[in-house]
Amino acid sequence: MIKLVGIEKTLGGQPVLQGVDLSIPVGKLTTIIGRSGEGKSVLLKHMIGLMQPDRGEVWVGNVEISRLSGTPLNDVRKQFAMLFQGAALFDSLSVFENVAFPLREKLRMKGPEVGRRVEEKLEEVGLAGMGHKFPAELSGGMRKRAGLARALVMEPEIILFDEPTTGLDPLMAKSIHDLIVTMHRRLGFTAVMVSHEIPEIFGISDWVAMLRKGKIALMATAAEFQQTADPEILEFISVGGTVALPGSLVG
Amino acid sequence: MLLFVLSAFAWLMRPPFRFHQIMKQLHFIGYRSTFVVVLTAGFTGMVLALQGYYSLRKFGSEGLLGAAVALSMIRELGPVLAALMVTARAGSAMTAEIGIMRITEQIDALDTMAINPRQYLIAPKLVAGILGVPLLVALFDVVGIYGGSLVGVDLLGVSEGAYWNSVESAVEWKDVYGGILKSVCFGLIVSWVCCYKGFYTRQSAEGLGSATTEAVVLSSVLILVGDYVLTSVLL
Repeated sequence: MIKLVGIEKTLGGQPVLQGVDLSIPVGKLTTIIGRSGEGKSVLLKHMIGLMQPDRGEVWVGNVEISRLSGTPLNDVRKQFAMLFQGAALFDSLSVFENVAFPLREKLRMKGPEVGRRVEEKLEEVGLAGMGHKFPAELSGGMRKRAGLARALVMEPEIILFDEPTTGLDPLMAKSIHDLIVTMHRRLGFTAVMVSHEIPEIFGISDWVAMLRKGKIALMATAAEFQQTADPEILEFISVGGTVALPGSLVG
Repeated sequence: MLLFVLSAFAWLMRPPFRFHQIMKQLHFIGYRSTFVVVLTAGFTGMVLALQGYYSLRKFGSEGLLGAAVALSMIRELGPVLAALMVTARAGSAMTAEIGIMRITEQIDALDTMAINPRQYLIAPKLVAGILGVPLLVALFDVVGIYGGSLVGVDLLGVSEGAYWNSVESAVEWKDVYGGILKSVCFGLIVSWVCCYKGFYTRQSAEGLGSATTEAVVLSSVLILVGDYVLTSVLL
């Protein structure tokens, strides 16, 4: 459904993406890993047209979006939702209004149907009864949950997760991961996640792709990924302690 | 900057029309600036009357005090000072609000929801600036002229009839139209510059601080430059 072909992007004179080729399988949870500053979030933003590549193509279904803007791009974006690193909730709106926002602004939905759908999503993410609170009153984990409720409320086909557990303690990070997996299994959307949470992501992802030096170094199923012979990748993923390092590297 | 404002106006013409957002911004830019505008206008009129009285007395023309205050307020001080006060109070807040939305990815979130930020965020502020500043300027003029009357008539003893008679005979409709035209232009300048600076804030707290400062300075300078240009055209 999403296909990136030869994506190149330079930011502030620094080449970040240097020919990324990546296909995201439909209905699966694909996680992109890589070192800090490798351009994982930049890559994610290319998928939804928040950034345009210097070279290359971004295909969403049968539409090439890298040169689109305005209404044609918005038409493609209707398939998407995105959970940002800081949740990106609107400060001036309550949690309820944040979740209701896309329904009211995009679908022009009014009346009790809005309330019903919002309450349903808030309950699914474990925020029942918290709709009256404002984002500033929420903890980091609750903000992520509210952001997830807002992403889910439009029932999109694709959801992008930009480091959804950054800044959370391990227990809260696990509960957010569990929530993402539960929702993914229940609703069947295509999920693309950028994460540093190794080894946890191997337990929840269908596919894992590693971005290294501006290119995709490896994309494989979570199980195959851990069997790789590439010493750099092994070193990177062994930090979490799940993968045994070859003797030479350990030594 | 020109493309920014043109695209915002283009989005304004397309549905959905966001009347609620426009009213909200009008309330913020207009109504919530009322107190500071009334305060500034009152003291501006009072000090103008004080200065004007002692200058006119040298020529035995105290009776023209009302005309001097009213023309100064309507032609120049009303539009310029009201716009500067709106810049300081509402313009800086606009830049900070939009800038924070940029830094915390709230503007990107709008984009991902297929809601155009120029239509949702910027266009209502531009309209509110264009409508709100002229209303504030009208209020500024009235309060300023009454402030002048308070000092000139009640404190310095100028005849009340002479004061208001000179106001009525000196002020022409073209003065009022000129003031309105200026205030519309200044309203556009404030909202345009402040929204632009916020929208393109660099991704840091320092960037946001610089954007807010630049917005206030650039708006103020453009208001003063615009005032000279418009005055030279209108006279």
